[in-house]
Amino acid sequence: MRSILNRLFLAIALVISSIAFSQAQEHDHTGEATTQHEGEAPVEKGKFKVGDMIMHHIKDDHGWEFAHGVTLPLPVILYSADQGLEVFSSSRLEHGTVYNGYKLDHGKIHRVNAAGTELDDAKFYNFSITKNVASLLLSAIIMLLLFPAISRSYIGNRGKAPKGAASFLEPIILFVRDEVAKPSIGPKYTKYLPYLLTLFFFILINNLLGLLPGAANVTGNIAVTLVLAVITFIIVSFSGNKHYWMHIFKPSGVPLALLPIMVPVEIVGVFMKPLSLMIRLFANMTAGHIIILSLLSLIFMANSLGGMMTSVAISPVVMVFTIFLNLIEVLVAFIQAFIFTLLTAMYIGSAVEDHHEADHGIGYEPAEAH
Amino acid sequence: MDLLTPDLGLLFWQAIVFLGLFLILRTFAWKPITDSLNERENNIQSALDLAEKTRLEMTALKADNEKLLVQARQEREVILRGAKEIADKMVADSRDKAEAEGRRMLEQAREAMQNERQALVAQMKKEVVTLSLDIAEKVLRKELSDKTAQEKLVSDLVSKSRLN
Repeated sequence: MRSILNRLFLAIALVISSIAFSQAQEHDHTGEATTQHEGEAPVEKGKFKVGDMIMHHIKDDHGWEFAHGVTLPLPVILYSADQGLEVFSSSRLEHGTVYNGYKLDHGKIHRVNAAGTELDDAKFYNFSITKNVASLLLSAIIMLLLFPAISRSYIGNRGKAPKGAASFLEPIILFVRDEVAKPSIGPKYTKYLPYLLTLFFFILINNLLGLLPGAANVTGNIAVTLVLAVITFIIVSFSGNKHYWMHIFKPSGVPLALLPIMVPVEIVGVFMKPLSLMIRLFANMTAGHIIILSLLSLIFMANSLGGMMTSVAISPVVMVFTIFLNLIEVLVAFIQAFIFTLLTAMYIGSAVEDHHEADHGIGYEPAEAH
Repeated sequence: MDLLTPDLGLLFWQAIVFLGLFLILRTFAWKPITDSLNERENNIQSALDLAEKTRLEMTALKADNEKLLVQARQEREVILRGAKEIADKMVADSRDKAEAEGRRMLEQAREAMQNERQALVAQMKKEVVTLSLDIAEKVLRKELSDKTAQEKLVSDLVSKSRLN
């Protein structure tokens, strides 16, 4: 009974979210189209550039635009050698206004001179709380509220069955422990379990948050996945035992003549693994967002090609596809979190495992989904 | 903010947020959670082990009981058989004893009767002798009361006796 209710609730939430999402898009685009074309030829009115719209949605931004006109200004933090540290609201840079010698152009802050021309060689560092950073902080707050609370419930509920959120998350935690960490790493898994759990839930929560309408595309940003991949790389490299490095630099059973080929291949492999982690997550999440946005764009393209009635006619079909893809994206959110964590665990496992399986250890990768 | 070039600010924030999250959650969430999960699993395992052990003990106990029961039954049989034997023996013994006693008493009685009879016969013999002597005396006295008879007798006796 409960599971049926849960499913019903999930389905309703998805339908509502996709409808809200599409409406947000709609407002956005009609609005964007008008602002964009204010300075341009009025002939182009009613048309909008799908590519620009999609890029605008999947990329980072100063200010968090939930729907058109509803923008949460976020702090801009800049550091430059000559002007020092500067903190101001992103609302000061709206509509191309120049503030303190900075100008926001297509989501990127440029240094401008008094005349208003951009200075490309100006050096400054942008540590702004962008949309992605804000979403990142939001997900961190969610995790900091959720997991310590669960751990308290475990302590308060000692020796009893889990209750509430703990009973929902416990199977996932056990899954990461028993299906990911234990088989991949082996007996030394306890040391790496906290990292794997943090990784899994960080990716999962950010993936799911990214699916909400108006949300940021955090895990679809290459900087975020880069940091995760680099941390995994550091952990793997520092965990690597003698066998791991021996296998790379002096593989046993390889003819001497092949070493000049094998060693570079193995060295490239060391870097390829985190690189593949980085690109896999980034590409999967970004691609999912692009597909959903492209589908929704069909409505507006129909509007500009065949007029109002065509877009109304095409909307139900697009809606069905969008709901379907949203459901797939929910699945992908879990799968990608799982794959990133599993592969990290396997790389750690190959670095820490004891000798006897060294031949399979490093070159071995499971069939990589997606 | 291009798609494929990582942004410095986001790199910075992501590193800080993720590492901070990791360090905080490691201490305040994952450790207590995994510890209590392990503890619960150990509890369940030990409870299962205990149940299994108790089950084995119960089986052993039951087998013991069965064995004891069989043994007790055997012992009872032995005891019963022994008791029956003793009782039989006692009955037989007492019968033998009674028979022997009866025989002995009969013998004694017979002996006593024999003795009595012999004494009686001896007495009777004695009395008969006395009586016959008395009678003979009386007869003799009467026979010899006159002189002629006496002389006759003596002459008879003398005549009869051969004098060598």
